[in-house]
Amino acid sequence: MNEPIIHISELYKKYKDADDFSVNNLSLSIEKNEIFGLLGPNGAGKTTLISMLCGLVKPTAGKFTISGLSYDKNATQIKKTIGVVPQEYALYPTLTARENLRYFGSMYGLKGKELHRKVDEALDHLGLLKFADKKIETFSGGMKRRVNLIAGILHQPSVLFLDEPTVGVDVQSKNVIIDYLKELNSKGTTIIYTSHHLTEAQDFCTKIAIIDRGKIYAEGTPDGLIHGTPHAHNLEDVFISLTGKELRDDV
Amino acid sequence: MMYKFLMSVYKEMLLLKRDFGGLVILFVMPLVLIVTITLIQDSTFKSVNESRIPILLVDHDNGNISKTVKENLNESGSFEIVTKIDGATVTEASAKEAVFKGKYQLAIVIPEKLSADLQLKVNQNVGKIVSQLGLEDTTSVVKEKVVVKSKEVKLYFDPATQLTFKNAVKSAIDKMISQIETQSIYSTFQDQLGEGDEPIFEQESFITFKEIVPKVNDKEILPNSVQHNVPAWALFAIFFIVVPLSINIVKEKGQGTQIRLITNPVPYAVIIAGKTATYLMICMIQFFLMVAVGVYLFPYLGLPVLDVDGKLLLMSIVALFSGLAAIGFGILLGTIAKTQEQSAPFGATSVVILAAIGGVWVPVFAMPKIMQYVSHISPMNWGLNAFYDVLLRNGNIVEILPEINLLLLFFIITITIAIGYDKKKRAV
Repeated sequence: MNEPIIHISELYKKYKDADDFSVNNLSLSIEKNEIFGLLGPNGAGKTTLISMLCGLVKPTAGKFTISGLSYDKNATQIKKTIGVVPQEYALYPTLTARENLRYFGSMYGLKGKELHRKVDEALDHLGLLKFADKKIETFSGGMKRRVNLIAGILHQPSVLFLDEPTVGVDVQSKNVIIDYLKELNSKGTTIIYTSHHLTEAQDFCTKIAIIDRGKIYAEGTPDGLIHGTPHAHNLEDVFISLTGKELRDDV
Repeated sequence: MMYKFLMSVYKEMLLLKRDFGGLVILFVMPLVLIVTITLIQDSTFKSVNESRIPILLVDHDNGNISKTVKENLNESGSFEIVTKIDGATVTEASAKEAVFKGKYQLAIVIPEKLSADLQLKVNQNVGKIVSQLGLEDTTSVVKEKVVVKSKEVKLYFDPATQLTFKNAVKSAIDKMISQIETQSIYSTFQDQLGEGDEPIFEQESFITFKEIVPKVNDKEILPNSVQHNVPAWALFAIFFIVVPLSINIVKEKGQGTQIRLITNPVPYAVIIAGKTATYLMICMIQFFLMVAVGVYLFPYLGLPVLDVDGKLLLMSIVALFSGLAAIGFGILLGTIAKTQEQSAPFGATSVVILAAIGGVWVPVFAMPKIMQYVSHISPMNWGLNAFYDVLLRNGNIVEILPEINLLLLFFIITITIAIGYDKKKRAV
């Protein structure tokens, strides 16, 4: 068994004026070099959990460490080792893909030829090199998603957080993104990923946690979860079995 | 850290460069503003002092006084006397109607027998004094005392006429009538006491005034509308940086780029410093463009030239610190505002309010007492005072230090609040 790269212990998060906890007494360990899927219905607490792990939201209670470090004392050190790919296209629309990536890369301390090489290599890898000098605002959704991904991995993070990285993209873009993520993982990057695409998660993840109402309902490999759930043929059956069929609209 | 700061500056400059419309607004609009305002203010000044304003005169007197009033009004060079409208002689009713409809700014109605009654009144008063002094002409015939009622010269103003113009006209007419009365009194004394044509009273004013203007190297410093307007409106334009800067920050929240910046290993202070340096450059370019317009373009528009001889360095220092204050305010607003709908109107309105209370439109000394105190809280007031110290009062660096310090303090306070607020909102 690998050592845990992320260790979460009795974590709670309740937003101001909210009635319920978004994350409620959640404990979890994610091992090094895993592709860990956090799956759950809308409002389950996935994004809140990832936001806390990325340092965007402060926990109400509980602890967690990344590579044995906590934000209380080692925020800058943690930020250097993690990569974040938010759900939004977190890019400047009027800058070109290359300008965006060089800027975000430079914020991780990359500079000069190394920065230029890494940006061009990543753009080439994801089929965007010929569009490198085009403004982001002219890109399709799939192209923006790919640039968004590159901006999070230029500094070769040891842990990569992805919040629905393939939402709203075509099949071609999705395949390119998933293949690239698998390649990154093969080079040693631990990936923590949220998605609503259960088939994609089933194929992509090495381990999955199904989360609802701020708690983990089940955790294991995709095959293990399917075989462990009566009458389940795929991950969607497991998901419905654990989280129910009722709508989760909330404001 | 310096590398990250420089990359942030480069990114901000790229963002500005790509927003051509925004750049045009940042650079061209202040120039349009300063030229327009100065032209308007200068032409208003000229309309009062150089070109003639047509005024209606209804003369029921037809005596010495009305003749003197007409002569003085003509000689003043400010007014053109109109006595007929569409070929018809102006009456009090037609004058009133024309003025109240805004066709003329002013009508003067001189009452009947004003000259005769004034002379009669003066004769009575002088006669009484002469009699009490025992200097009465024994050969003169004792006349029966007639009661002379006081007279009114009526002034009708267009309701839209500005108070300053009204007061100036009222004061000028009051002065004219006082002079006529005085001359009348002197002449009557002369008639009753004088022998022959030898004048016994000097009728020239004994007390006159002379304006002493400051001099530098034996050269008089003469303030003009340009010396007042360029710094005032340059400050106004510099402070409008608040709007694009706050929008820039709010946009980063909306685009999600702020999430990326928060999760990057870079302090918020570095991001802020990048924005500050970039927008400070914009402020200084704005300022130098406006000075260049004052120096090189204004003379071609018939406006006085902006005299910056030996003052440009100090003026640049004032502009630099004013820019810092404006940027601090913009960053604070952008950090607190959640949407562009909040930041843009609030930013624009607050700049207009700060300009108003800072004395950009109405001089502070002309404000009500309470507003004079309030004006001291406006950074635009500090900047404006510093500019006036340099341009009009020939101040040096020591004299502008208090204002400079206040502007710097404002920048430090606003930035500290912005960073503190952001830190509170951030998780770690």
